[in-house]
Amino acid sequence: MTSLPPSGLPIPVPRLTPFLALRDFGGVAKRNLLRSVRTPQLLLYTLEPVMLLLIFRYIFGGAIKAPDYTEFVVPAIFLITVVVGAMTSAIGIAEDLKSGMIDRFRSLPMARSAVLTGRSLTDLVRNLISLAVMVGLGVAVGFRFHSDAGPILLGMLLILAFGYSFSWMNTAIGISAKDPESAQNAAVGPVFILMFASNAIVPASTLPGWLQPFARNQPLSVTVSAVRALFEGSAAAHDAWVSLAWSAGITVVFFLTSYVLYQRAAAR
Amino acid sequence: MTDAMIEARNIAKHFGKTRALAGLSFDVARGTVLGLLGPNGAGKTTMIRVLTTLLRADAGQARVAGFDVVADGQRVRSVIGLAGQYAAVDELLTGRENLELVGLWYHLPRREYRRRAVEILELLSLTDAADRRVMTYSGGMRRRLDIGASLIGNPPVLFLDEPTTGLDPRTRNDLWRFVRDLVDDGTTVLLTTQYMDEAEHLADRIVVIDKGIQIAGGTADELKTQTGGATLEARVADPRDIERVAALLASAAGAQPRSDAGARLVSVPAGAGTGLLLDAGRRLQEAGIALDDLGIRRPTLDEVFLSLTGAASQEGAGSPEAETAK
Repeated sequence: MTSLPPSGLPIPVPRLTPFLALRDFGGVAKRNLLRSVRTPQLLLYTLEPVMLLLIFRYIFGGAIKAPDYTEFVVPAIFLITVVVGAMTSAIGIAEDLKSGMIDRFRSLPMARSAVLTGRSLTDLVRNLISLAVMVGLGVAVGFRFHSDAGPILLGMLLILAFGYSFSWMNTAIGISAKDPESAQNAAVGPVFILMFASNAIVPASTLPGWLQPFARNQPLSVTVSAVRALFEGSAAAHDAWVSLAWSAGITVVFFLTSYVLYQRAAAR
Repeated sequence: MTDAMIEARNIAKHFGKTRALAGLSFDVARGTVLGLLGPNGAGKTTMIRVLTTLLRADAGQARVAGFDVVADGQRVRSVIGLAGQYAAVDELLTGRENLELVGLWYHLPRREYRRRAVEILELLSLTDAADRRVMTYSGGMRRRLDIGASLIGNPPVLFLDEPTTGLDPRTRNDLWRFVRDLVDDGTTVLLTTQYMDEAEHLADRIVVIDKGIQIAGGTADELKTQTGGATLEARVADPRDIERVAALLASAAGAQPRSDAGARLVSVPAGAGTGLLLDAGRRLQEAGIALDDLGIRRPTLDEVFLSLTGAASQEGAGSPEAETAK
């Protein structure tokens, strides 16, 4: 017998509706959030930006020549907070692939995209919380907003969108990595480059000439410029659009990359 | 028309140059257990992964509950449960959280999955540990929770990939009873195992595979008969008698006996059964040989398995049946 006869087993099975898919995403996000609350190492990622804020405000701040360093560096620290927070995506997905949880997920009738999308939603929620904490802390160390609620909200939105795009980049890194440790190591590199070869910590004009074109135009710098302008109440439209374009572009490219890598990795 | 809940035809799968499955076919009827038996690397887990839509076969066709595993993967996944040797449960969540989340992903309503979680925890004697994190569980508790998670959607088809590997005998017995109860209620089970007693206890039918192909199939009894049948065994009191006994048994049975000097044991295929036993007993007595033991022994499934897979591993070394059964 080479092929199967027509089946005689009509078992009614509900279809996967968009509502059910959303519920699946929510389930994955809930699971990941429970996991991160219970993983002390991951809480360090929330503490790291706090340390950075204190170090730059009180230790390097005095030595760096800028008109008002607190106003300068605090919006950048907000952005670094979400970028560092997105690194948990790389570690989390690598852990799930290693432990065999992915097989369980893939044997369930949940939406196939739920594992990855739920992961990025987890980061978004966590970033929202850490951002709120950092804003409070920023104000406590002397940072002030000089604009209306509209631009402030828009600035926060740019920060979260940038963090979200990084979640997808780190998801791709996490799937490609062999284990959680190498995922973490691989995820640190891009963050380090974008954070220091930029206008985030020091004004770009103080950097070596050959580095300045990159440092002024790379996505994190553009976003920092837009957010600073939005928070101090100056013109920000150009940088804001460019930043959004970067975030959207990074999200789309790495969403697709992650999806392809995931299908391949999970079928091994 | 067929009542088979799992149907596989000529499933083949390569990983690079390694041939994991080389055309495997079987059916599992509704409410029965098929035991897929084979040594490590025989292709058992690969077959489970194909049938549970985790892996796409290179060739062949498979259906679960009537749904094609490739074309209808989503519907296949909603009628199956999968539990395995790796116990894929989340260590950082509690037992209850694990079950409830899996219930959500089976798309049960909230009230329903909460109720099922309580029921399953009770059923698997995990109620006391329900709200503890899984990292505090013993290996047996994890395995039970893993099986519980595969059951929360009430799946009519269950895949158990070496479910009791590494468990203590008591936990294993409990799980066997539990699976038997599920089957009595109509669940169809595909079980892979390396343990013969597990296959014998649970499986209605057994398919033995090696190197990705079926090398034998049938009920446990059929397999035993297929591969050799009974042997006559004589254990001598004095090891120096072994050669004489071997010669006597050879002429009585008309077959070549095997002797094991260390165990003081001579055995010979006992095709003629009781007749041979009486004949051999008489001859040994007349020769005045003192015996510790004399009897007919049926092969265990372990021996059947070893003879089957051992024979398959040395292809071309003559027909295995000819060596053991004649």
